[in-house]
Amino acid sequence: MSITTAEKKAAAKRQKAADRKLRPTVWADMKRNPWLYGLCAPAVLFFLLFSYIPMAGLYIAFVDYRPMKGIWASDFVGFENFKAFFATDTWITVTGNTLFLNALFICFTTITSVIIAIMLSEMSSKWVKKITQSIVILPHFMSWTVVSMLSVAILASNGMVNQIITTFGANPVEFYNTPSVWPLVLVLLRIWQGAGFGSIVYLATITGIDSSIYEAAAVDGANRFQCITRITLPLLKNTIIMLTIMSVGKIFNGDFGMIYAMVGSNSILYPTTDVIDTYLFRQLLENPSMGQTAAVGLVQSVLGLLFVLLCNKVANKWSPESALF
Amino acid sequence: MKKAKSDYAVSIVVYVFIIGFALICLIPFLLVLSSSFTDQASLNQNGYQLWPEVFSTAAYSMLFKSGTIVPAYGVTIFVTVVGTVLSMLVTCACAYALSCKSMYYRRALSMIIYFTMLFNGGLVPTYLWVTKYLHLSDSLWSLILPSLVNAWNLLLMRNFFNGIPEALSESARIDGANDMKILFKIILPVSLPGIATIGLFYALAYWNEWYKALLYIHTEWKYPLQYLIMQIQKNIQYVQQNAAQAGVVTDGLIPAETVQMATAIVTIGPIILLYPFLQKYFVQGLTVGSVKG
Repeated sequence: MSITTAEKKAAAKRQKAADRKLRPTVWADMKRNPWLYGLCAPAVLFFLLFSYIPMAGLYIAFVDYRPMKGIWASDFVGFENFKAFFATDTWITVTGNTLFLNALFICFTTITSVIIAIMLSEMSSKWVKKITQSIVILPHFMSWTVVSMLSVAILASNGMVNQIITTFGANPVEFYNTPSVWPLVLVLLRIWQGAGFGSIVYLATITGIDSSIYEAAAVDGANRFQCITRITLPLLKNTIIMLTIMSVGKIFNGDFGMIYAMVGSNSILYPTTDVIDTYLFRQLLENPSMGQTAAVGLVQSVLGLLFVLLCNKVANKWSPESALF
Repeated sequence: MKKAKSDYAVSIVVYVFIIGFALICLIPFLLVLSSSFTDQASLNQNGYQLWPEVFSTAAYSMLFKSGTIVPAYGVTIFVTVVGTVLSMLVTCACAYALSCKSMYYRRALSMIIYFTMLFNGGLVPTYLWVTKYLHLSDSLWSLILPSLVNAWNLLLMRNFFNGIPEALSESARIDGANDMKILFKIILPVSLPGIATIGLFYALAYWNEWYKALLYIHTEWKYPLQYLIMQIQKNIQYVQQNAAQAGVVTDGLIPAETVQMATAIVTIGPIILLYPFLQKYFVQGLTVGSVKG
């Protein structure tokens, strides 16, 4: 056995060396496929202009930026810009809020999506299934500005929730002045907006499960509830892990669209809703030092990248087929 | 075989839960629709109702009289149509090239594109670059160009193209067609479902765009619909605050909330009307398989 593995290794090595010799230069590849590289060019130019050049622009986080001098001529100040962010307590609040809210979002939308998918798959009536599926996906296509309008009708002092509360004789809740209820409000909005859409992928996985497994289970006397917990859920495991890892990787990215549209400049709600991204946006408007604002963004991007790589490593260990790369 | 009692219980739970959740998804829309047709005074008195107690179209006539909604509609339609067409051209061209095995560096290129999903320059460098160097500030192009290609959509499109049998393009190549011809005459016609899906993703993203308007647009007639909503909300709050400070009773004078609701309805109208026809593509598009770098 040991000989064969050693031989295999040597063969693989030789193969690699041969491949390297065969590898064309970029220039030769371009000459051979002028059309293909031509077709790629606009997209490559786009990523260069709007992704890679801004990345290089992150150098601004290390300089004392003066608009007159430009980024490259401004004085280099090392990590001075980073100190300003970590000097105040704001960074604890915004980082804490970002992680806490995102963790809640991931947990609850995943659970709800899986439940919706399983329930849709258990429906025997085709047309009820189709109509309800269309309806639960619909909120996903609404922008957060529209959702914030819808939620005024629900959360305002004369909105739907308060009408229900007052008919039961309780005191109305002034949602827009009460920061403590907002994590709950945001989670519920998130579920409302995204759970139905998220269920599509899970439902596709369930539809792909071989129906003979269920038939065999039924012959063995399993009831439907047992089929769900013993067959459907275990077979959904990989999809759930993969999608969760993908969203955990983005845990440092606060949902700017949602929170800015819902909260805006209502500073009463900041203690529980201010995330890194909304803080950054305010800094861009208010903080005269572009370098300090960019430093915060850089910390966020680097932490985000490290976290994705970490999550991917975990995925590779646990279930390689659910890893990203 | 006899059905167990617990199986019926499962059925009941399933129907109650799903229909309940679907209702929760629908009610906010109905609430907004009904309040947009309610008289403002009646709304102040009774609060938001699922059925208008005093019917009124004042909100809509005020909305269209204000003269801002029509240009905003124009801006949004322009950005959606032009943006989607350009995005699709650039995305499909690159996705096709990345799916061709004859291109040796296609994996490396995919990786370069994939990396932009994991790491980016962030707000400040992008903002400075777009406004100070590309001079797109207050231009409608600032709503299109920075989001022209979505890396995820591009790789999804590549996966669609990967699924097309190679023999199809190979035979055309032997007949002397170049890659441009193969893409437009052979590949695109057979991948219509994929094009529909990705096209819809782009169109919706453009239709719902407001963040870029918030950053880059300063002239009122260039506001897209979604950003106009935000401005209307802000202005009404401002007027009400000032009126309250001056001790003026504004109840019913300004149809504030009803106008907001009418704006929301006008904005989501096209999506809701087209939705039944488009819905199957979304489902299809999301189930073609995961994107890997």
